[in-house]
Amino acid sequence: MDILYESYLRMVRIRFFETRAEQCHAKGEIPGALHTATGQEAAVVGACMALRTDDYMVGTHRSHGHPIGKNAELKPLMAELFARETGVCGGKGGSMHLSDFSVGSLGESSIVGSGIPVAVGAALGSQMAGNDKVTLCFFGDGASNEGAFHESMNLASIWTLPVVFFCENNAYAVSTPAAQAVSVENIADRAAAYSMPSEIVDGQDLEAVLAATERAVSRARSGNGPTLVEAKTYRYAEHAVNMGRILVDRGEELEQWLARDPIDLLRRKILESGGSEQALLEIEEQVSAEVEAAIEFARASEFPEVASAFDDVFSHRIESFRDFVPSV
Amino acid sequence: MRVSFIEAIRQAQYEELKRDDRVFLMGEDIVSNVFGTTTGLLEAFGAARIRDTPISEEGFVGAAAGASMVGMRPIVDLTIAPFVYPAMDQVCSIIAKSSYIYGGQAKLPLVLRMCMFYGNANAAQHSDRPYPMFMGMPGLKIIVPSCPSDMKGLLKSAIRDDDPVLSFEDGTLWSQKDEITDDEDHLVPLGVADVKRQGTDVTIVAIGGAVPLAIKAAKAVAADGVSVEVVDPRTLVPLDCETILASVRKTGRVITVDPAHEACSVASEISAMIAERAFPFLEAPILRVATPNTHIPFCPSIEKVLFPTVERIVTAINTVKNYSSQ
Repeated sequence: MDILYESYLRMVRIRFFETRAEQCHAKGEIPGALHTATGQEAAVVGACMALRTDDYMVGTHRSHGHPIGKNAELKPLMAELFARETGVCGGKGGSMHLSDFSVGSLGESSIVGSGIPVAVGAALGSQMAGNDKVTLCFFGDGASNEGAFHESMNLASIWTLPVVFFCENNAYAVSTPAAQAVSVENIADRAAAYSMPSEIVDGQDLEAVLAATERAVSRARSGNGPTLVEAKTYRYAEHAVNMGRILVDRGEELEQWLARDPIDLLRRKILESGGSEQALLEIEEQVSAEVEAAIEFARASEFPEVASAFDDVFSHRIESFRDFVPSV
Repeated sequence: MRVSFIEAIRQAQYEELKRDDRVFLMGEDIVSNVFGTTTGLLEAFGAARIRDTPISEEGFVGAAAGASMVGMRPIVDLTIAPFVYPAMDQVCSIIAKSSYIYGGQAKLPLVLRMCMFYGNANAAQHSDRPYPMFMGMPGLKIIVPSCPSDMKGLLKSAIRDDDPVLSFEDGTLWSQKDEITDDEDHLVPLGVADVKRQGTDVTIVAIGGAVPLAIKAAKAVAADGVSVEVVDPRTLVPLDCETILASVRKTGRVITVDPAHEACSVASEISAMIAERAFPFLEAPILRVATPNTHIPFCPSIEKVLFPTVERIVTAINTVKNYSSQ
């Protein structure tokens, strides 16, 4: 029961965080792109809950939820969206790179599929170092059409690496339906080409995602190699906020998925299992306060100094930058 | 000990593999030791650390990035330089940028080694010298050694460095031999140019395989009483501008020699840097001797003429030496 409450808390955190971020973006407080994953919270949290704190994970451009799923602090995440110096990336990454290495994140690349080889490399590092850390690699249905995905699946398979390939199949790559762009019915079918076990799971069902990912993590941790887990889920929003309406008419599809909202489903499940309505309300109030505090923290934080644009290109600033005078 | 360019690479790898358990080497056909840079490494360090890969450049270059983020120090042998192109997304979007976009949370201590085989009738796809394009991508350190001693010392520094380093190894230098000390801490620091020959009349800034050509040209004109200084930047990022500028302030006449294609070459970048920072000292236009902007053809007789030669450098020396604005 504790794990269901904790999962509920993290899922609500993601939902509230993204909902409020969208509002702040609309008010002009958050610059740049913002890709939300509303509707996918059970897939994200179910996968993350199967990990140990010291396990690694690699995200994507749609990755606000991944660090939250792995229990990152909200304030540095929100401050990053607000482009502040207190942001988790010091204001140099933003929404598409909301990666918190303190919870095991190894980056969120905004180039579709390019994080997948990185996950393979992290798993190789764990294997060579002789530790039992597992790397969870998030990607989408669209990324499964990238060469990086196929090369990575092959490498992980021949080297028996401790990595879990976790596909959040949310049905669309920007505006292109997976059914139109993917040669197989299920992304999981692609695992067979790499002699890799796979599982398909209802991505709106937290417990199902958690159980499937736990099996894959256990296989990886015990030295039996990679697994591909495909969570069938759905993105409620357009590809990115402010992009306008680019999805084709989804018909009643959206309503059908909304009727199986992952947070509602878990809520119902907890209550049916004897959980308390009061406890859930308290979680929601707690999370709401956390998100508001994160927004206040972000608003109160400074923008980074211009000079910081030259930090972190390398471990140490190099001479080539010394003469630069910004023309602001 | 007299050591060849190839043996210098092997020694650097051997010594650093021995020195640090986190260092490992991977690439295509490295176990079979195609070029002689891995002799004895498999026996010494085992198949986990001397790791053959499938032909999946994007996959294993990205894997090097991931492994480096979790504390390993990979060396990737990409065989020849154009084989990096299938991995450009990993080089440019992941390796170059991960330290930056995550605000310094990520460190990527890795080395990508690329040999440049040009002048050997391998046609356009196998003859690239692509280091200039990576100078335009912040976040990558770049070495282009011009002799065995620098090759060994720079590669060892690169392996010990905490940032990604691209090592461009000029195939025209393979047969060169240098006296190199047995000191396992023979390091050449990144970002320090070397004046390979002292002179007072003309400065040549030469890159990689162009350095021995420049020295030959300098010797050829010495008989005519022209004193040529040859500066080898050795690392393109960081670039040691001060050593180059000090030479230019002394001579006032400059040639940049670069085996890469002329447009946006290192020769171009260094020429622009000199024009901006040392214009008052110049007594003649800066001349570039580079490879013209056409592809590298298969036929040897029309290939060889395209790259910088001693003759072209001598002509350039005479042009800048005899130039007068009057």
